[in-house]
Amino acid sequence: MAVSTMTYAEAGAAALARAMREDPRVVALGEDLGRGGVFGQYRGLLQAFGPERVIDTPISESTIMGAGVGMALAGLRPVVEMRVADFAMCAMDEIVNQAAKNRFMFGGQGRVPLVMRLPIGLWSSSAAQHSQSFEAWFAHLPGVVVACPATPQDNHDMLLAALRGEDPVIYLEHKELWGLKGEVDDARAAPLGRARVLRHGQQLTIVSWSAAVHAATQAAAALAAEGIDASVIDLGTLWPWDREAVLADAARTGHLLVVHEAIQAAGFGAEVAATVAEHTGCRVARLGAPRVPVGYAPVLEAHARIDAGRIAEAARRLLRRQPVGA
Amino acid sequence: MDTPQLLSLYRTMARIRAFEEAAERASQGGVQAFGAAAVSGSAKVRGPLHLSIGQEAVAAGVCAHLQRADLLTSTHRGHGHTLAKGADVNRMMAELFGRSGGSNGGKGGSMHIADFSVGMLGANGVVAAGLPIACGAAHALKLQGRPPLVACFFGDGAINRGPFMESLNWAVIYQLPLLFVCEDNRFSATTATQPMTAGDGAAARAQAIGVPAVTVDGNDVAAVSEAAGALVGQIRGGSGPRLLHALTWRVKGHVSVDGQAYRDPADVAAARATCPLQRARTRLLALDVGAAEIDAIDAAAHDEIAAAVAFADASPPPDAAAAFTDVQTLGAGQWL
Repeated sequence: MAVSTMTYAEAGAAALARAMREDPRVVALGEDLGRGGVFGQYRGLLQAFGPERVIDTPISESTIMGAGVGMALAGLRPVVEMRVADFAMCAMDEIVNQAAKNRFMFGGQGRVPLVMRLPIGLWSSSAAQHSQSFEAWFAHLPGVVVACPATPQDNHDMLLAALRGEDPVIYLEHKELWGLKGEVDDARAAPLGRARVLRHGQQLTIVSWSAAVHAATQAAAALAAEGIDASVIDLGTLWPWDREAVLADAARTGHLLVVHEAIQAAGFGAEVAATVAEHTGCRVARLGAPRVPVGYAPVLEAHARIDAGRIAEAARRLLRRQPVGA
Repeated sequence: MDTPQLLSLYRTMARIRAFEEAAERASQGGVQAFGAAAVSGSAKVRGPLHLSIGQEAVAAGVCAHLQRADLLTSTHRGHGHTLAKGADVNRMMAELFGRSGGSNGGKGGSMHIADFSVGMLGANGVVAAGLPIACGAAHALKLQGRPPLVACFFGDGAINRGPFMESLNWAVIYQLPLLFVCEDNRFSATTATQPMTAGDGAAARAQAIGVPAVTVDGNDVAAVSEAAGALVGQIRGGSGPRLLHALTWRVKGHVSVDGQAYRDPADVAAARATCPLQRARTRLLALDVGAAEIDAIDAAAHDEIAAAVAFADASPPPDAAAAFTDVQTLGAGQWL
């Protein structure tokens, strides 16, 4: 047990290596895993565990995912790598109709403990088919857990928790976070489904997840300099999401702003905002990307990006807004 | 093939036939499709019911070579595979009735019939969806060093979906203990498969990818059994994947209420004329098995299935709260 500094990618690799040491049923499969994965998040695992447990596959997303389902039914605990979340669109039957439905439609006869790693998000002019954030699609899907780690420690803890559970987990790492360094305490074992309150404020609750958490934290610092005192909550897990933590903080501050990099329209922010509006007297607002594909040119990519400046402006706008009927 | 083996195959086919005819009777008026309204609120079997009447020899002939520990994936037309793999017919029928005593507790119905306790990992409502799952199950068995194999049934329509090609390739490169069985009833839902399919079909496509394939008369249960037995023996010996292409005929429509107006009546008559049970009966008679002995098998199958219908009918519907169970452990189903 030790605390060490590592990147978000290294933290994922460390968690997977630990799970593979502790449980011989854990295997990983996907394209280019033998070379450490496209982002280095599997580096060293082939050497440590061999090609039978770190399985290089053909470019066959349907069968990679479907094989993960079959492996899980036959007693393994597979981790399936989709390279970028956009490619999981080639495996949607296997995710939606097979992995997520198996336990229910067969009346609980089987379990599918399958961790599906789908790297999301904007990353270095990757354009329309390598930049998307699909968390709302999967939060809508009964049968799966949806995890969005924002820090190296979270990536370590949440991946371990996913590998120790018995549910299919949609595990959404953000591509811009791979190089993010932080301390990782391998004795920590935070469960899935718990939000982290990163900052306690008095006037406003900002809820976010994944890479947008870091922009939200920067925005809160900027707002503090203006005398606006905001809470920042990293939701971490989108299903099941920590309603109690969000409702408690929002009820206290009276204002909720949900921020995510994914498209705002029909995004998961709408679910959080609606829930808070239904259960508290809060004024609520959302901030997500416009409903446009991500463009290649840096100016186009940046135009759809939710940064600290936009979050701070959305917070000011929310606090200025008058209650209905006032 | 000796007489006891053929009698055993005949018995399996008779049980499948009796099961499906009973299911069809219980579904009258309960299935809505192709413009036909569901007219009866009292039908016991509801929803899409895909019958394999006329195709029983494929399920019986292949599953005769499977052991309980072997695994199996199936299609939307999966009653025969499930029964032949050894599932309990009472619980199967109760599942079609949507009852709590069903194999899936009433949560799946005909299209998702499954009995994991006998290695039957599920029928599937999506064409070709079983192939990748079968690959994964076979991959796991190989990594675990366990002896069983996986049998994967799919139809001729499935060979035009991408997972067919992906899964054949996967099974070869990892040398998996996997028997692919193309149960070719010549129809992709309500459209003839042949004009929709380039090249020479399932066996040719398999061979192009390096999966040795055998084509067999799928209505000759002895031929299916002999071919499947040889392929299963090769796979158990470590050969890697094999494909059996069984040519059969679908007698009924795509679903039970499909009147098959699109189909040449002569084609349906030909399908009926090559009934695998009739052909097996003729062969048994030629082997000096008495007609009374064969009739007794039929009668026993009907009695067994009548008892299954009674069991299903007596089983209560699931508690409504079961809609919220078996969803997931963390974040289980709930109203929010």
